Amino acid sequence: MSTRASTLAGRVMSAPSIIALFLWMIVPLGMTIYFSFLRYNLLSPGMEEWIGFVNYKFFLTDHAFFASLANTLILVGSVLVMTVIGGILLGLMLDQPIFGRGILRILVISPFFIMPTVNALVWKNLLMNPVSGFFAWISTSLGLQPIDWFTHAPLTAIIIMVAWQWLPFATLILLTALQSLDRDQKEAAQMDGAGPVSIFFYITLPHLSRAITVVILIETIFLLSVFAEIFVTTGGGPGLSTTNIAFLVYTQALLQYDVGGASAGGIVAVILANIVAIFLVRLIGKNLDA
Amino acid sequence: MDSKFKTPFGQFAYSVFAWIVGLTVFFPILWMVLTSFKSELDAVNMPPLFFDFNWTLENYSGILEQSNYFKFAMNSIILSFGSTFLGLIFAVTCAWAMAFNPTKRTKDTLLWMLSTKMMPPVGVLVPIYLVFRDWGLLDTRFGLIMVLFLMNLPIMVWMLYTYFKEIPKDILEAARMDGATLPKEIIFVLLPMALPGIASTMLLNIILAWNEAFWTLNLTTSDAAPLTAFIASYSSPEGLFWAKLSAASTLAVAPILIVGWFSQKQLVRGLTFGAVK
Repeated sequence: MSTRASTLAGRVMSAPSIIALFLWMIVPLGMTIYFSFLRYNLLSPGMEEWIGFVNYKFFLTDHAFFASLANTLILVGSVLVMTVIGGILLGLMLDQPIFGRGILRILVISPFFIMPTVNALVWKNLLMNPVSGFFAWISTSLGLQPIDWFTHAPLTAIIIMVAWQWLPFATLILLTALQSLDRDQKEAAQMDGAGPVSIFFYITLPHLSRAITVVILIETIFLLSVFAEIFVTTGGGPGLSTTNIAFLVYTQALLQYDVGGASAGGIVAVILANIVAIFLVRLIGKNLDA
Repeated sequence: MDSKFKTPFGQFAYSVFAWIVGLTVFFPILWMVLTSFKSELDAVNMPPLFFDFNWTLENYSGILEQSNYFKFAMNSIILSFGSTFLGLIFAVTCAWAMAFNPTKRTKDTLLWMLSTKMMPPVGVLVPIYLVFRDWGLLDTRFGLIMVLFLMNLPIMVWMLYTYFKEIPKDILEAARMDGATLPKEIIFVLLPMALPGIASTMLLNIILAWNEAFWTLNLTTSDAAPLTAFIASYSSPEGLFWAKLSAASTLAVAPILIVGWFSQKQLVRGLTFGAVK
């Protein structure tokens, strides 16, 4: 009897959260799908009509889509490579005895807590400004021409600031994984004459593979939606050079008022994210059983 | 401790190297804080001035005198704490049900909740924006609290679930035997035992809500705009404003940076959904 009562209580208690999330995600998603099949512009209200896949056809054949898809993939891929490699190196570095390691770790993790708009403006002005920025000073000190980041390499500039923001996340997770590595195994390998390089490739890296997978999957989900850094620095430009899918959908919806087109773009973004999410949910689900 | 460094000097040299690397990663923040104490002229000086400039608080006093800074800061506080407390009420009950009264579908429900977190916000930007416009929720604190609460609810449920799972079920059952009602069981037995977990769940969610910059930029203009939007307003004018930007930025990130330092260990648990421990 008590089990039936507790099952009922369990249902009642979990219902509010489930209903809230349902209303928050599934209902709007359904609306987005519906809008994506309409000709629907906020500037001409009352003119909505069903047009089937026309929005998708326009979105998917627009050169802006290919440009922003390419930018999205370059941004996600570059940041992943930089943060995973950087995270492994920083994790290995912090896993050794260092004077003041606790404080040092806090310093390395700090960029993660900086809000995206601050991150973007500090990098754009204080560091990357071609005249008075810190990097310009380094370049001229070395006798080089300062780089005008936001004119000549705007996407690279965005990649660098986003990578800086996510480096601590990778570092923290990989460091946590490193600390669970069995020391005996390493010592046994050392006894057998293995050098640090082969220990890294045959013991450490395989041990980290799971954590690396988690870092890649979670970062990908967040990186597909990078928005604020672009919003406050380049506004997607010059031209389309820093427009990613998220920003493209934003401009269509809130700057051009093209609800139908933006909805089709939003659905494309959802499909892209889901390709990654399926793997992540499976991985987490497996862990739940263990 | 690793026995890798045979001499104290070796360890010292390695520490110096590690500190140089670590300070390089931290440098943009350090530079921002230093610039916030400079005059606008010193801020753009070439070569850059490290410590030998006229330290001044004029940027801070300038920002604090602008009454609207407090409005943005207040909005940040209200939005992040409001959404976190609201989330806590929903998440504690939901996680309690899932941890102590699981059904066959509990695992699937948890994973479904997580999958909503993986949805890119642009996928629902259009309908949310239109609903907010039609219901008069644009640029209201209430609307934004709801968005931030719902956005972070999956993470809160998930984190609390993993903490609750570690509490022995017998203790709750013993309380029930002694005649504790359900609300009493949760408030007087479960919550005190799970307090560290609840505290870190709250901290992580305050951080995430404080730094959220998609919905806050898209759904606010002035009345409900938090510090993310305040800083974004510095993006348009070019010219001599770096010191003020730095001071405003320092004020905007300092509280959450300190919260973040305290919660760094729980961060791994919260952001990997328990996949890395």
